[in-house]
Amino acid sequence: MEMLQVIGISLIGAFFAMVLKEQKPNLSFLLVVFVGSSIFLFLVEKITAIVQTVERLAISSNVNMLYFATILKIIGIAYIAEFAAQITKDAGQASISTKIEFAGKIIILTMAIPILTAIIESVIQLVAS
Amino acid sequence: MPIDVDLIFKIAGVGLIVAFIVTILDQVGKKEYAQWVILVSFIYILFNIASVVGELMDKIRSVFLFQ
Repeated sequence: MEMLQVIGISLIGAFFAMVLKEQKPNLSFLLVVFVGSSIFLFLVEKITAIVQTVERLAISSNVNMLYFATILKIIGIAYIAEFAAQITKDAGQASISTKIEFAGKIIILTMAIPILTAIIESVIQLVAS
Repeated sequence: MPIDVDLIFKIAGVGLIVAFIVTILDQVGKKEYAQWVILVSFIYILFNIASVVGELMDKIRSVFLFQ
């Protein structure tokens, strides 16, 4: 079972991070980064399956692929920003973590501008007609 | 892909052994060697971590359609 594998890895990582924090805090931080990225690498195949399913649904329902790609990119940015913000918060740099979250929000907003303009244009067309 | 547990044990082992060596070198009075041991171990671990994080970035780029 895969969940047990993830739990085992996380517990081993947490234990070693606790032990290493007494001796070498910087190596303990690197260990935490490694555990986080390896868990995501483990999950990548499942995420790929989910994304392919959603993509098939989008193709079959004739959604504009530009919007679909934008939404997918936004999900990716949200995930990376969350990951980096958690890691920097663990490293004790809460201010950098807040900046990462802020940058994620701004970049997501700029990527969503085409969708927003499309919505506003269609609303204007409805009102005008 | 399976998680490689070996690297977790490797990092933890390197950390503990380096802490041990540094303590001994400090006791003997070779503080400058202890600094070098810390630096080299840190660079070694950082190199391993950087390759894993780079792989993660590549995967994210391919899954979420970044060009």
